[in-house]
Amino acid sequence: MSGIRLLALLFLLGLNHVAASEELLMSRIARPFPEAMSNLQDIIRAKGYVVSRVQRVDVGLTASGFKTAEYRIVFFGKPSEIHDLSVAHPELIPYIPLTIVVFAEGDDTLILTTDPLKLGEFFNKPDLLKRFDVWERDVRAIFDEVTHTP
Amino acid sequence: MIRLLTLLSLLCLGANTAIAADSSAKPDGARLYAQRCSACHGTDGSGGVGVPLALPAFLSGVDDAYLRNTVRLGRPGRVMPAFTKLSDAEVDAIVTHIRSWPGQNRPETLSQERIAGNVARGKTLYKDHCASCHGANGEGGHGTGVTLSRPRNAPILAPALNNPGFLAAASDALIKTTLMQGREGTPMLSFLKQGLKERDINDIVAYVRAFEQLPSPPSARVLESESPVMVRESPYTIERTVEKVRAAVGAANMRLIRVQTLDQGFVEESKENHQQIIVYSCDFNFLNEALKVDPRVGLFLPCRITVVQQAGKVLVMSINPKRLSRIFNNAELNEMCEQMHQVYLNILEEVVL
Repeated sequence: MSGIRLLALLFLLGLNHVAASEELLMSRIARPFPEAMSNLQDIIRAKGYVVSRVQRVDVGLTASGFKTAEYRIVFFGKPSEIHDLSVAHPELIPYIPLTIVVFAEGDDTLILTTDPLKLGEFFNKPDLLKRFDVWERDVRAIFDEVTHTP
Repeated sequence: MIRLLTLLSLLCLGANTAIAADSSAKPDGARLYAQRCSACHGTDGSGGVGVPLALPAFLSGVDDAYLRNTVRLGRPGRVMPAFTKLSDAEVDAIVTHIRSWPGQNRPETLSQERIAGNVARGKTLYKDHCASCHGANGEGGHGTGVTLSRPRNAPILAPALNNPGFLAAASDALIKTTLMQGREGTPMLSFLKQGLKERDINDIVAYVRAFEQLPSPPSARVLESESPVMVRESPYTIERTVEKVRAAVGAANMRLIRVQTLDQGFVEESKENHQQIIVYSCDFNFLNEALKVDPRVGLFLPCRITVVQQAGKVLVMSINPKRLSRIFNNAELNEMCEQMHQVYLNILEEVVL
């Protein structure tokens, strides 16, 4: 193996620790649903994202005659990213904007989302992988902050 | 070029060394548990989506190897994921944290030796004493424990004894101990107290172990599918295509939730891009059933069909539910994912017909 190839391999091995992904990110918030919901949206906005909609799944279920605890979906993203990514990669549109599911479990609240790095298995393109990496770090930071807010 | 690559390699080695040095610090088991486990198993191990871990009878009946292997291997198709990215030290720290909970008598390390028994006789005994809870073929109880739509009515779900993750994590000695002692606080009773002899229990253990020789059961199956997105090209204008999506959604007995641009809520109304339209809909009966099986399915709600006009083409798209099945690691959702796949497919075909 030539020196260049060996060094290139070392370089690639050095980077591969960022390639693996988890399937779901999930956290438990030790506070009731309304507080957790409000805090989550504040933190999302503080990270520079726009909350575009909150889907009230529980309201739809209840209106259809089903019993359910609070269950909402928060849609969020950055306007410039939504525009640029949807134009450059229309196949990605069914997976954007980002979402976080929020639901009550007793006095606690659970939040979950797909690990954005997981999207890299679906859409394996260099510019997208960089974007998914940023999303993953942001989403983890959001989860960490909302979970540990006193 | 060589200098550049050398520099890059050194930078990477430096970064890895820093990571290694950082990882040499003792992992915080409580924090890891809070991050990776508490969402399903509860902050104090009292359970939730996942089974309650803090039952003293459970923790007194399983050794650390079982806990470590369960974290590592998970339960394929039974919600519990395999935490393959945790280091050994991190897994140990989580186990140590679980071991700090009160009320348990930490068992000695259990033997990994196989227990000899009569498989055929064990099959008969299993049918009489185990199948009513653990399933005729060891497939376990249904559901994911606590759901949104019904109260918790059992402290624990009967484990799937034929699950490859369980069989790899549980030694024969552990299974035997459970059968002999039972699990106080759960429906699992001591078989000795029910009149079975040690020989009978050995035969049941041998029968359960024989599940390993069978093909992976349907309850451990994850759907395979090639593409994360289903796409069709529409021969109609984008306006006509959206109309046809609305009609097709109605024909599929789904309630139309809303029709919006992709960037609605992100830009001023006057600046929305009407070349990217999303049609949201929902079958609330189906949703209610899906939430009973797994409350996490909201990740891909509401159902959506996307219509995009780009480069002179009108494309109709949806997610591929079969491709998403593995995200949930819940085989009980497989049938529903296949149903939704077919619903989406029918809508797409109807639209471009």
